[in-house]
Amino acid sequence: MTVRVVYFAWVRERIGRSDETIEFPADVKTVADAIRWLSTRGPEYEAAFARPDVVRAAVDQTHVPHDTSITGARELALFPPVTGG
Amino acid sequence: MTVRVSEADFDIAAECRRLVEADRDVGAVVTFTGTVRETTARGKLRAMTLEHYPGMTERELERVEAEAAKRWPVQASLIVHRIGELKPGDNIVLVVVASAHRHAAFEAASFIMDYLKTDAPFWKKETLVDGSGAWVDARESDTQARDRWRT
Repeated sequence: MTVRVVYFAWVRERIGRSDETIEFPADVKTVADAIRWLSTRGPEYEAAFARPDVVRAAVDQTHVPHDTSITGARELALFPPVTGG
Repeated sequence: MTVRVSEADFDIAAECRRLVEADRDVGAVVTFTGTVRETTARGKLRAMTLEHYPGMTERELERVEAEAAKRWPVQASLIVHRIGELKPGDNIVLVVVASAHRHAAFEAASFIMDYLKTDAPFWKKETLVDGSGAWVDARESDTQARDRWRT
């Protein structure tokens, strides 16, 4: 499954890129699975996702909890809690 | 109902005038302006950089505006949020709500700000006068402020 993954704020800085296209293996079904799988890609990913509970997610630009399925998703965004306003 | 995300500053008086001129039955205009504080928990601020999620930001702001208009008789509303590098004293965010009467306008403006804080995908990074930089942490009190509207 091919998904465009985008990162913001310190997640982006730790990984060292703002977006990439990822081919997830078939057993990656949810946001939590995706985060777990991404953290095995290297030390920069491990650093970004050291505390997965802190990371927020959006699927196709809608906020979602980590148990949400990413099947059929075009875009997965991973970022820290928002701090606008 | 309008949302705008931009590097440019906003003119509060001009924005208010536009809303009232578009609808002469407006009797109350409430504005909220958020500005950059110079003193942070870590020291004196040199600059604040705002990052956002283009596309999702506008969607979230429009959703919050629409929700406010469902709850209160809002005649017009505007949200402007700045991005990029800002200095102490600069404007960050503007919310304007126009209604026939003040209570709806006050409440709707407060509601919009509370949801904007927790749901709109913006992130602030502070650079202090000593050159050090750090991302601003989200506050639990902001989540509590939003959740009081859920009862």
